[in-house]
Amino acid sequence: MTQIFGEPITRREDARLTTGRGRFLDDLGRHALAAAFVRSPHAHARVREIDVTAALDVEGLIGIYTYDDLDGPLAEPLPLLIPHPTLTAGRTAYPLANGIVRHVGEPIAMVVGTDRYVAEDVAGLIEVTYEPLPPVVGLTASRDGDLLVHDDLPDNVAAHLMQQTGDVDAELAAAPNTVTFTQTIERSASMPLEGRGVYARWDAQDDSLRVYSSTQTSTSVRAAIAAKLELSPGKVEVIAPDVGGGFGVKIVHPWPEELLIPWAARLLDREVKWVEDRREHFISSAHERGQIQDITAGYDDEGRLLALDVRIWHDHGAYTPYGIIVPIITSTQLLGPYKPRAYRCAIDSMYTNTVIVTPYRGAGRPQGCFAMERTMDRIADALGLDRAVVRERNLIQPDEFPYDQGLTFQDGRPLIYDSGDYPESLRMIRELVGWDDFETVRSQAAAEGRTVGIGMACYVEGTGVGPYEGGHVQVENSGRVLVSTGLTSQGQGHETVFAQIVAQELGVPLDDVVVTTGDTRRFGYAVGTFASRAAVMSGNAVALAARNVRAKALRIAADALECSVDDLDIIDGVVQVKGDPSAAMALSTVAVLSNPLRYAFDNAARAATQFAPRADPLRAPVDEDDEPGLENRDYYSPIRSTFASGMHSAVVEIDRDTCETKILRYAVVHDCGNLINPMIVEGQIHGGVAQGVGGALYEVMHYDEHGQLLNASFMDFLMPYATEIPHIETAHLQTPSPLNPLGIKGAGEAGVIPGSACLASAIEDALGVRISAMPVSPSDLFELLATDPERTRRGSR
Amino acid sequence: MKPPAFTYHAPESLDEALGVLAEVGEDGKVLAGGQSLVPILNMRLAAPAHLVDINRVAGLSTVDTNDTSVTVGATARHTDVELDDAAYGVQPLLRQALRLVAHPVIRNRGTTVGSLAHADPAGEMTAVLALTRGSVRITSGSGSRNVDATDFFVGPLECCLRAGEMVESATFPAFPAGTGSAFIEVARRHGDYALCGVAAAVTVLDGAVSAARAAYISVGPTPLLVDLTDAVAGGAVSGGAVSGADWAAAGRLAQSQVSPEADIHSTASYRRHLVGVLTARALAEAAAAAAPTHSLPLRRSG
Repeated sequence: MTQIFGEPITRREDARLTTGRGRFLDDLGRHALAAAFVRSPHAHARVREIDVTAALDVEGLIGIYTYDDLDGPLAEPLPLLIPHPTLTAGRTAYPLANGIVRHVGEPIAMVVGTDRYVAEDVAGLIEVTYEPLPPVVGLTASRDGDLLVHDDLPDNVAAHLMQQTGDVDAELAAAPNTVTFTQTIERSASMPLEGRGVYARWDAQDDSLRVYSSTQTSTSVRAAIAAKLELSPGKVEVIAPDVGGGFGVKIVHPWPEELLIPWAARLLDREVKWVEDRREHFISSAHERGQIQDITAGYDDEGRLLALDVRIWHDHGAYTPYGIIVPIITSTQLLGPYKPRAYRCAIDSMYTNTVIVTPYRGAGRPQGCFAMERTMDRIADALGLDRAVVRERNLIQPDEFPYDQGLTFQDGRPLIYDSGDYPESLRMIRELVGWDDFETVRSQAAAEGRTVGIGMACYVEGTGVGPYEGGHVQVENSGRVLVSTGLTSQGQGHETVFAQIVAQELGVPLDDVVVTTGDTRRFGYAVGTFASRAAVMSGNAVALAARNVRAKALRIAADALECSVDDLDIIDGVVQVKGDPSAAMALSTVAVLSNPLRYAFDNAARAATQFAPRADPLRAPVDEDDEPGLENRDYYSPIRSTFASGMHSAVVEIDRDTCETKILRYAVVHDCGNLINPMIVEGQIHGGVAQGVGGALYEVMHYDEHGQLLNASFMDFLMPYATEIPHIETAHLQTPSPLNPLGIKGAGEAGVIPGSACLASAIEDALGVRISAMPVSPSDLFELLATDPERTRRGSR
Repeated sequence: MKPPAFTYHAPESLDEALGVLAEVGEDGKVLAGGQSLVPILNMRLAAPAHLVDINRVAGLSTVDTNDTSVTVGATARHTDVELDDAAYGVQPLLRQALRLVAHPVIRNRGTTVGSLAHADPAGEMTAVLALTRGSVRITSGSGSRNVDATDFFVGPLECCLRAGEMVESATFPAFPAGTGSAFIEVARRHGDYALCGVAAAVTVLDGAVSAARAAYISVGPTPLLVDLTDAVAGGAVSGGAVSGADWAAAGRLAQSQVSPEADIHSTASYRRHLVGVLTARALAEAAAAAAPTHSLPLRRSG
């Protein structure tokens, strides 16, 4: 049998996607009406009046809708998707502003016109009278509490979250050494190249709705639309077409537009489409990352972390539709591969008059990693120890798995690491980057008048969170194998990896397998694509379904070939007796036999009609506990998450005159258990590292004191280009997960998590200035070098 | 991100274009490469009632080089100028600057004259026009006038074009004999607008530095031209290298001439700092290119 699982097979979707044959949201619905939105230009204001008079004469105007036009559940606030006991003051927006707006970009009116030009013309002519209110911009202002985002919440706090293990106060008091410091992390955003978009068609004869959305979860969008538009879920189909990137922002649902566009399509009995533009994406979707961290660590003279006390203020923007998932993840994943004796993390999740914060690739982990890894660097610095050595002394050891961190993870289950080999990972990264020989590199560079530094950061990533995903595998009479799963794809390569899994399990050629994702017509029960969960969840689900189909195929073939199931194997799509290739039948024939038909309309059906002879005339055509067809649906639901891990190390060069940072080397050791496709995992790492570099050196959401986002374009929001991303050196460690049949862990977010911590460590090492705020620009470095009051020990260099 | 309605004109001759421009007056805007104008329209930051697309106008896409200057027509693409070896031979600063203008795909479409008329204080070509003491030819239905760089740039995104006029061409004179040039800048990402950029020209006469000048982008409302000769006097050429010139002093002199502003990408003091660093680097590079034993390589970029 050809090995398919684990091979670096070229992505099957790329030929289509790279030659313009992708089918993205805006490729659909060419003749649909177009929607545009009037959005708030104020960060905080009462909406006094909406005057549409001047807009009514625009040719091509179909309709203008405001909050007053909404009714039933649609007129209620949007759902708070993920409630949590500590989220005591959660708030969500209305689909269209109900008298008050709380961030620039909040939708106030929807315009439908014959095309987007018309809709934007109309939107520009609608006169809204505002009564501006003072905005709360930034965590410090929110924490001060002088001004309020929601006037019934006197402290701007939505949730006070606490995670702890051990007695932090006692351990800190007893610790021989302590260090206390504050760090800040700026906002960034998922920023997929394709923004959001919704296209809806109403079938008035059938009372049914078909919606296409550029989403990370079509099944949940369907459930939300059905609930809000009071339709039976069976009357709503939601399809995620090709999606040009998600990175977290498209897991949020329902976006106001995902309800309003279908609502308008039904109201007008016309096709309606809305395609988000880039400015809308900046001011009306979601951001992430913004936190202030106060950290106190107690440690012994060997650098072992005894107690870690972390206080975090997390900026979640104006509303909390996605709950407090991000701060929960920060508080739990902060621990990384280490085992402090005591740990406490208290987080206030704060309202500000800015765009909402929901998970962006990494989802709170980069911030947690920044807190822990910079703590390790501080300890090494204070004790004069090698930073790798301090980390080594704090690692969980291979014989300690499963390792219970004593906390509660984002899925509400105990934070128990399933497997890993952190000391080996550390050994590998030191070797890969040449950590132990770096002083030679440093002195050579210095001799040439160049300033270089090296940094390191380690992480553990909970992946593959539940509750479940399902898979359906069907062998057609042609021998083609159809695979579907409910979660969606945004470019990860699911068409390739799920096919690899099924081809391997079933014993068919890869080319015979066709994968469909994110289409509620094909698979109705699913959760979605996020949290590095697709491979773990749907991968195992389709594997289980394929195993069931294989068992059924062997049973039918054994019946037909009059042999024992144990004597059969499936090789390249042919069921054959082991050691006797002459006794064989194609899987396509088995598929035909699996479905006894009444009618014969083609050769395959002729072979299967009820009048075709069956071996045993006393048995019913379909056995009592059987069903027709060679197909199966199965689900995978894990008891808890799998924990992938990795370590990054970077070498940077700083131009001391211009303060520019250049990444000379970037090395990654990565462990996501068994690899389904190493090439795809590498691609995930590369993309993640690029976003990590963005967060470390480039990306900031520049809000002014009025709550205006000053850099809401790709000209001023600096996502790194390929020219800013270094060559990435990778090495894989494979510690299989004991939790699932395939032994795999997720890989989607790994690359991004340690980026800021790793590069801060390297820049600090090069220059000797303390880096405690990310990202760090050349201008920031210049100001730091000019003013830094606290040079580190390395500053003497 | 859709522009408001406008009337689109596509004249095929210069006379026809000028006729339309005269007719539509203040409501008209010339469309050449569109690399700045189209995003501005899409973001509805400007709403001209008439767009006059000059891409079909014959005779405007030329890059003409003679012994003393390079003249670039209104629809010549940045790439056309950048890759023109004759132009590089007469005025190397053109290629030295153009390799820093955005990215190749933008240079393939964007025009050099268009970027001058756009008058972005971060636009590299504004400094090139200033440092070469170049001029633009402004044409309307009632005739043409030549305007020097110093008079052409009025403020940020503002030049002295009047209603009904267009820039027909720009002329970049050669530097005096014995002059070397350089263009360097610091940008956040490859191809971004510079936080600070310096075009420098150093003239070496009889083995000694006789003149040093620089023009700056992104540190003032218009390209700033500074004569730095006094600071580097005493620099001499020996064995093909310039020694004894105090480039850092020139940097300090330049710093005293600028009053940069802060924005989201940079503090004012960092910009001022860059003026010093980049001035010294650009002058040294220009001087090296000016040294007599240095032969100008005719390399083809891109």
